Amino acid sequence: MPDYRLDEEHEQLRATVAEFARDVVAPVIAGYYEREEFPYDIVRGMGEMGLFGLPFPEEYEGMGGDYFALCLALEELARVDSSVAITLEAGVSLGAMPIYRFGTEDQRLRWLPDLCSGRRLAAFGLTESDGGSDAQATRTRASLEGGEWVVNGSKVFITNSGTDITSLVTVTAVTGRSEAGNEISAVVVPSGTPGFTVAGHYSKVGWNASNTCELAFADCRVPEANLLGERGRGYAQFLRILDEGRIAIAALGVGLAQGCVDESLRYARERTAFGKNIGSYQAIQFKIADMEARAHTARLAYYDAAARMSRGESFKKQASIAKLVSSNAAMDNAREATQIFGGYGFMNETPVGRFYRDAKILEIGEGTSEVQRMLISREMGLR
Amino acid sequence: METMNIVVLIKQVPDTWSERKLTDTDHTLDRDAADAVIDEINERAVEEALLLKEAHGGKVTVVSMGPDRATDAIRKALSMGADEAVHISDAALHGSDTIQTAKVLASAIRTIEGVDLVVAGNEATDGRAGAIPAMLAELLGLPQLTHARRVEVEGTEVRVERETEDGITHLAAELPAVVSVGEKINEPRYPSFKGIMAAKKKPVTTLGLGDLGIDPSEVGLAAAFTSVVESAPKPPRGAGERVEDQGDGGVRIVEYLAAQKLV
Repeated sequence: MPDYRLDEEHEQLRATVAEFARDVVAPVIAGYYEREEFPYDIVRGMGEMGLFGLPFPEEYEGMGGDYFALCLALEELARVDSSVAITLEAGVSLGAMPIYRFGTEDQRLRWLPDLCSGRRLAAFGLTESDGGSDAQATRTRASLEGGEWVVNGSKVFITNSGTDITSLVTVTAVTGRSEAGNEISAVVVPSGTPGFTVAGHYSKVGWNASNTCELAFADCRVPEANLLGERGRGYAQFLRILDEGRIAIAALGVGLAQGCVDESLRYARERTAFGKNIGSYQAIQFKIADMEARAHTARLAYYDAAARMSRGESFKKQASIAKLVSSNAAMDNAREATQIFGGYGFMNETPVGRFYRDAKILEIGEGTSEVQRMLISREMGLR
Repeated sequence: METMNIVVLIKQVPDTWSERKLTDTDHTLDRDAADAVIDEINERAVEEALLLKEAHGGKVTVVSMGPDRATDAIRKALSMGADEAVHISDAALHGSDTIQTAKVLASAIRTIEGVDLVVAGNEATDGRAGAIPAMLAELLGLPQLTHARRVEVEGTEVRVERETEDGITHLAAELPAVVSVGEKINEPRYPSFKGIMAAKKKPVTTLGLGDLGIDPSEVGLAAAFTSVVESAPKPPRGAGERVEDQGDGGVRIVEYLAAQKLV
């Protein structure tokens, strides 16, 4: 029988991150969010706990854990705040993971220790203004000249790319053409490289305490040795990274959905209307029951996808299902929680107000819900 | 001093975030009513012991008296970085008072060879007697440096800044000694996943009263010097007194606080 109980170590990790989220994140995050400020102190604390090194081996200063451990940490953080959760998600699964999976030993030893310890952050530059889901539409080019890659182009919506502690961005670029289409490769561009400019951060609907920037490359030169993985394999590489990342985003969505339940349950017991706690009215009870059911089923979906991944089985369909149902759950729960809170839910300083603003991006990032449906049906043989 | 052999006392208590109550039958702690966690002040004691170990080298042993499920609190201390643990668990200990507890802890600490320093929290969040560190020092015949907000070890001497309502006192004593720490001592670290996994392999010695040579009749509720006769929930908070400011608001608030002996 499938067994969804956590083993002792994972349970203790989950409880530790929950405590950190409650004691360190919750008291201050609304202020960062309001000021649209990156919470360096919180991120340092997450680094000291080893969260950025969770799925990496100890030789790179990792924690020797697994991807599921990362997912549990993301869920517990997102129960309190999604900005810090996405900073961790992007730092690990988009920043450090490509270096670990596709990097040479030299590249791993050079960059991973700082990333695993959270002293530095890395970003993944994939999306462009004319191409999100259609990654083949990449326009950024990298050409080899005199032993250097010369990068030209731009990227948009790149998480963690412009913080004071960002050390590098892995950029996908067209490095040639073949009969099959563009040859896409991944090139590591260290922060501060001449010709690489980070534009100021966006004004976003949600995730306001996270860092999202636009990147520009104008004759930006990096050593030939900064090619990450095989030349021409950039497309296949980032598909793998995105497949995994969907499980992580699903965990983050489950956290948000559960955070909505936590807040609503507390409020339902506290708040009175017409002389009784609002939690004694069936209208509220049923909302909260539905919210709990959505969070629970979405959690089972990501547990299953993560379990398949760690067993080395195919997990593409399950990851897409988990991402689809968890982002639905997050949206639905955020809407209902805000409704339960009434006018207070519409205030930015309440957690549910932030949950409402943070939920929408989950249906868009790491593959839109439409892309997930496309992937699921393809896995079922419909083409 | 070559390296330090440090003992840290920890206690599992009901989470202050959950509802805490006493049982109806014998007025002891209702352990099923609330989540059990390592007491926060003990996390600070563990942190201080780890900082001393990191500075001077050595070993940190966690000592805890409590029922079987106290292993969770012990595991957390081990996850933070403590090296080993002694868990005193015996059904006969149920309802023991502070003197009995101090005697049992002293016996357990005597089983550990060459202890240089015992670190404890000032006061647990459940019983709040705040007496164990002093009693323990007395029983072990060691100097007591309580209410520390800063601890330093140099050579064979331990120096402490003691902070109480009366102000700050500088204390020093030869090791071995007993130190108890207050809230301001440090910010405890969170265990890392590596620490959590390593904790599983660390030795935990479980001792019963028999192992310590203590007769069960000397401990427990029946033999306790103190007993709880009755308990009642805290009354709901009153409506408070409303002060209309007519130019004398500040004075009236201070007068009110002075009447309550708060200023």
